[in-house]
Amino acid sequence: MLNNFFSILLVPEICLSIFCIANLLYGLFLKKNSFRKTSNFAIIILLFVSILIFVGFKTDLAFFDLFFKSSNFIRFFKILVCLGAASVLIISKNYFIDLKISKFEIPTLILFATLGMLIMIGANNLMIMYLSIELQSLSLYVLASINKNSIYSAESGVKYFILGALSSGILLYGFSLVYGFTGTTSFEEIKIVLSQQTDLSLGIIFGLVFILVGLAFKISAVPFHMWTPDIYEGAPTSVTAFFAIVPKISAVALIFRLCLEPFENFSNEWSQIIFFLSISSMFLGSIAAIAQSSLKRLLAYSSIGHIGYVLIALVANNDQSIKSASIYMFIYMIMNISIFAILLSLKKSNMYLEKISDLVGISKSNPITSLCLAIIMFSMAGLPPFIGFFGKFYIFIAAIESELYFLSIMGVLASVIAAYYYLRIIKVMYFDVSEKNESFDFVISFHSKILLLVLILIITFFIIYPSLLINYTSILRIT
Amino acid sequence: MFLYPITFYLFSFIAVLSALMVISSKNPVNSVLFLILSFINSAGLFVLLGAEFLAMILVVVYVGAVAVLFLFVVMMLDINFIKLREGFLQYLPFGTLLGIVLIIELSILFLTKSFSNSNLINYSSSPTINDIENTKLIGEILYTDYFYLFQICGLILLVAMIGSITLTLRDRGQIKRQKISSQNYVDAKKAIEKKKVKIGEGV
Repeated sequence: MLNNFFSILLVPEICLSIFCIANLLYGLFLKKNSFRKTSNFAIIILLFVSILIFVGFKTDLAFFDLFFKSSNFIRFFKILVCLGAASVLIISKNYFIDLKISKFEIPTLILFATLGMLIMIGANNLMIMYLSIELQSLSLYVLASINKNSIYSAESGVKYFILGALSSGILLYGFSLVYGFTGTTSFEEIKIVLSQQTDLSLGIIFGLVFILVGLAFKISAVPFHMWTPDIYEGAPTSVTAFFAIVPKISAVALIFRLCLEPFENFSNEWSQIIFFLSISSMFLGSIAAIAQSSLKRLLAYSSIGHIGYVLIALVANNDQSIKSASIYMFIYMIMNISIFAILLSLKKSNMYLEKISDLVGISKSNPITSLCLAIIMFSMAGLPPFIGFFGKFYIFIAAIESELYFLSIMGVLASVIAAYYYLRIIKVMYFDVSEKNESFDFVISFHSKILLLVLILIITFFIIYPSLLINYTSILRIT
Repeated sequence: MFLYPITFYLFSFIAVLSALMVISSKNPVNSVLFLILSFINSAGLFVLLGAEFLAMILVVVYVGAVAVLFLFVVMMLDINFIKLREGFLQYLPFGTLLGIVLIIELSILFLTKSFSNSNLINYSSSPTINDIENTKLIGEILYTDYFYLFQICGLILLVAMIGSITLTLRDRGQIKRQKISSQNYVDAKKAIEKKKVKIGEGV
């Protein structure tokens, strides 16, 4: 317990919000190279905040416990979010400068979005949950339309804004119903009020459904996924990387906390919804991706599919589910960072790669890059010995322990279908012959090269020492 | 309590009248000004109910921001209002239908027992005057219990500001700006140059 006045600076959220504003001012007063300097500063801030979260100082701030909660599950996801945002900044720096959209507001907005996500993961109250979702999404809307020269970027920003506002409205409607029928907005008090009831009243069920729909928008679970491919395709690839990696982690953490904290005793009510979301996301994610020719759209459908697998763990709702979901999100983050690190630095005749067919002939000219891509694709398809296998493995263990045989069979079937389009990329890279002999440029900065190398090593050699992650995640508890 | 009904009827009469003027006046600028009058009278009604905070918010937000924004839009944009009015007769039946439905709904509300039995009417008939005003009570809870929420709201507004500036600010490289310091440092001897110009030739 820290009682010093300055100890409030060691609360990660407060520290990050101060540094957000500091980063904004720093960028304003810089004349030259403001983007490069502010993004370096932002990376350092994010790493510092993740250390603060890891250490986890306890403070006795007044009213703090009413709105914020801390447990090792929350801290794990917060660290994931911080590290994810920092690595997105590392891998996307060159891309922003190359596209001449290197504004210093970009790192600041990413910091604000990360702050929103940190608050969101630790939210202990419906009001703070709504505000944090707004803080996060408002920054993301601006980031989506940051490229003013591209009409697609503007389109994706407007689309995201309208659909995000709609989902926020639905979410708020759900909150108001839950508040109206329980008389409180605090997670703990909602749980206490609900524990006195044997059945949920109709109003609370409606509220719960609306809240889950709003959150399903945020994690882009089918049937609320419509925005994902368009926005992923339209936004600049570096922003797409941020969208694909970080907000998903926080929204998944929030949906787990919401279902397992206030509505813990009523799993019959929500598990049907999550069950449907899970199966439909897995199948749509794997089937719709087959027809795609754009790499970014393919990754969008792939992320929809991955969300479906994580939701299996929530349906299972046993002591394995927290562990398996944490492992899955960690692995999802690693795979996505590495694939975007490659996409953001691979150029063909001075254009960044957009289509799958652009990859033809890369195995001849850049054998190492294509090997990395192949490893990531094998891993995403869930083939052993790569890391992606373990994510799916623990998810299915959790499902089988709760005797969800149908769901696990469906999951395996969907992952077989998904393997087709992951392996197709490998086929295009290694076996397709191009008529034209175009040269590939692989321009990657030193830091992102190191990051990519480390991630590829983790993906490949995770099998040697998996117990580090698995032991750590098995002690995670939601409360 | 003779003054209370008089003020109530005065405010509500002007509010309804100006609301009518909003939709019937020819000039859109007049419409917006009548809208502002209607808002201010509704604010007066709120004061009568003892909800002085709500009254102030109504004036500050709706009159100060929204209505003035309307006024700017009406005055700045060249909207052809005569053309907008063209479909009036066409949509009249539908509009009356909506109005009738609304009236039926309201009358059902008034006629049902649960509404007339409830204490809701007691609340509105006479204001309860506390020692502490609403504004103070709201402030006391907003800056203590809900301090973190208040701060996050501030951050959201900051993000909105950053975002709107980022998306709209264009750096036009060749724009000519006034440099006051260099203007002040202009030396008369260097700035003006005398030249003899021959007749029939340029400089």
